[in-house]
Amino acid sequence: MMAYLIRRMFYAIPILIGVNLLTFVLFFVVNSADDMARLHLGNKRVTDAAVTEWKAVRGYDKPLIWNSQATGAAAFTDTIFYQKSVKLFAFDFGSSDSGRHIGYDISQRMWPSLALAIPIMIVGLAVNITFSLILAFFRGSPLDFWGVVLCVAMMSISGLFYIIGGQVLLGKLWSLFPISGYDVGSNAAKFLVLPALIGVVSAIGSGSRWYRTLFLEEINKDFVRTARAKGVSEVFVLAKHVFRNALIPILTGVVVVLPTLFMGSLLLESFFGIPGLGSYTIDAIQAQDFAIVRAMVFLGAVLYIVGLLLTDISYTLADPRVRLD
Amino acid sequence: MPFEPVILLTDAFIFGLLIMAAYLVWHVRQHEHLIEAWRQVGQRKVAMSAAVVLLFYVAIGVLDSMHFRPLADNTGDKVQYDTRVISVLDLALTQLREQKEKTYSAPFATHLYSKENIETSNGAKRDYPRLVYGGAHLDESDAVAPDVALTLLKSAILGIAITLLIYLLMYRSASRLRWSRGVKGAHRVAWLTFAVMIITLTALLLLSRDYHVLGTDKVGEDVLYQAIKSIRTGVVIGSLTTLVMLPAAIILGIMAGYFRGWVDDVIQYLYTTLSSVPGVLLIAAAVLMMQVYMSNNQAEFNTVLERSDMRLFFLCLILGITSWTGLCRLLRGETLKLGQLEYVQAAKAFGVSDWRILFRHITPNVMHIVLIVIVLDFSGLVLAEAVLSYINIGVDPNTHSWGNMINSARLELAREPVVWWSLLAAFVFMFILVLAANLLADAVRDAFDPRLKDQS
Repeated sequence: MMAYLIRRMFYAIPILIGVNLLTFVLFFVVNSADDMARLHLGNKRVTDAAVTEWKAVRGYDKPLIWNSQATGAAAFTDTIFYQKSVKLFAFDFGSSDSGRHIGYDISQRMWPSLALAIPIMIVGLAVNITFSLILAFFRGSPLDFWGVVLCVAMMSISGLFYIIGGQVLLGKLWSLFPISGYDVGSNAAKFLVLPALIGVVSAIGSGSRWYRTLFLEEINKDFVRTARAKGVSEVFVLAKHVFRNALIPILTGVVVVLPTLFMGSLLLESFFGIPGLGSYTIDAIQAQDFAIVRAMVFLGAVLYIVGLLLTDISYTLADPRVRLD
Repeated sequence: MPFEPVILLTDAFIFGLLIMAAYLVWHVRQHEHLIEAWRQVGQRKVAMSAAVVLLFYVAIGVLDSMHFRPLADNTGDKVQYDTRVISVLDLALTQLREQKEKTYSAPFATHLYSKENIETSNGAKRDYPRLVYGGAHLDESDAVAPDVALTLLKSAILGIAITLLIYLLMYRSASRLRWSRGVKGAHRVAWLTFAVMIITLTALLLLSRDYHVLGTDKVGEDVLYQAIKSIRTGVVIGSLTTLVMLPAAIILGIMAGYFRGWVDDVIQYLYTTLSSVPGVLLIAAAVLMMQVYMSNNQAEFNTVLERSDMRLFFLCLILGITSWTGLCRLLRGETLKLGQLEYVQAAKAFGVSDWRILFRHITPNVMHIVLIVIVLDFSGLVLAEAVLSYINIGVDPNTHSWGNMINSARLELAREPVVWWSLLAAFVFMFILVLAANLLADAVRDAFDPRLKDQS
């Protein structure tokens, strides 16, 4: 098992290099640093001096991959590729185009993201499993049919409408929660309730339907029929035989997204003014801050790979039949 | 010619898609097992109803893709065309397009939504001014409701008449169609949906001659017109994206599963790398880069329409690049399984070349997965467009789209009283399209997925 995990870690390296190359090509080869400078400084009437200065301040004035003027290792290290891409591997994100320290910003903004994402995940899981178990228990009945219809209808509503609807209805008309904002410490709770609620509700449709399919798949299996034939009650069959076996795919589905919880929710955070990583990313995209977007792409890829690794581990823990070697 | 046709890039792809769909229908009719699977879809009432709704959306999208430049008023010998490109749909909705008010007005309103200074005979006073077009045929004392009710009644009668006419015209040929055999109930539901859609359409058309059915927006443009124009954007994103990614996903997926070895390793590496980048961020990065490129090469785009069309196409391309990995992985798995089956082994033993096996023996047998993924992805892509436009990395702000409608309407929610109709329009139009797509996708998956067939 240990050997397998170590091998998987090594597999991650070429993938991260690939991600790095991809973002490098996307950001520096497709468009030159001059183009970016012009976009930032405004397209019209930009002097060459201003462009050169913008590039010098941000370190974009170096050669792309190979510095023919430098000697020794500096020929490789004194380049945009090394300075902006290779350093990401050491999680050294450098400073953003507006001059702030990205690493510090990320470490600060991580916590509000987690404070929102973790409750959504836990409550959402509980709600979806309960709802889908009820549907599976009454399978084939009108309750099941209309439950599934409700799920499909809820899936068909854009996430934007859940947020806007929640803000207008619960926040503005009924004044139950503050519409947006954030506070430090335990005061944050009242700001988090509404976005968390919306996050849970908007995921019920797809989540419950998916879990219902998993439960029904287990219900049709032989060991469940055997249990029923032995006279085990339907509730007990569902709780003990079906639920525990369906838990394996549910668990792995959850584990794979665990690390990406750090990244926060783009929409919820920006609508509710929560200073997490999601709104950080959106602000960066809207301000066209390439350095931050690049850092977040790399971070996201690392977290995704960690998620895949955790999934493998959770398989062995949840299902003794699975052996990694 | 009274007009000059203009074919935008996405138009060309839409027409290409139509030709492909026609080929598909012909292909299906040649194969008994495919007819059988589609008949199964045809027997589901919900699916047939959803299919009819989707057909209306697609028809509007296609009408809106036929662009042309009308003849300009010219007196000389030289034929000159208007500089503005419009579509057939624009032509049909000329009234809706041109009846602009000054600013916000509520649905079915006869007065503007905000007070203004009005000059009267005895000095200026502050009141809600009358609309230029909305309810202009009514007197100050007339109520709106009876007039609307009368129009609704008219359109219901007209709608039923049109449906009956089409039904009678189609009756003979419909009963001859091979795959409507044994589809009694679903058949009826489909016609019922058709009637409802026709009645709704006629009602909207008749009502919009005298009213702004869904109100007007900040600059006085009819919201109904915006919502209808957005249909094309939604349909293009939902269908074109999948089309763009298909060749790469199919070829690479099948090759990885069939050849294995280093080919498999390389392809797996490729899609793992792509899928490990968070989708939204990859799209954001690509769109940012595209914006830089476009602002540096403005000379390449002649008109605003051309530029926003190019951006729409780019968006489809980028969305396709981020979403082909899922299909590729599925196809690889399926091909791995098929490669072990006896008929493929037999073909190999007979010395059939690898490419021929891939083309003749593997590809047709993984096509059901492709079909399922196409219909399943459609709704997700339509929803994604709205979210991306909200973050400003979606379609061009000049393009009519539901995302742009939501985005501009969102800021108006803070107004007192709330301007809600733009949101409502975007919500209803989008919800119906996505719901119909989801329902049809379910039926198609149930009919074509052999794994599900074994269970039932």
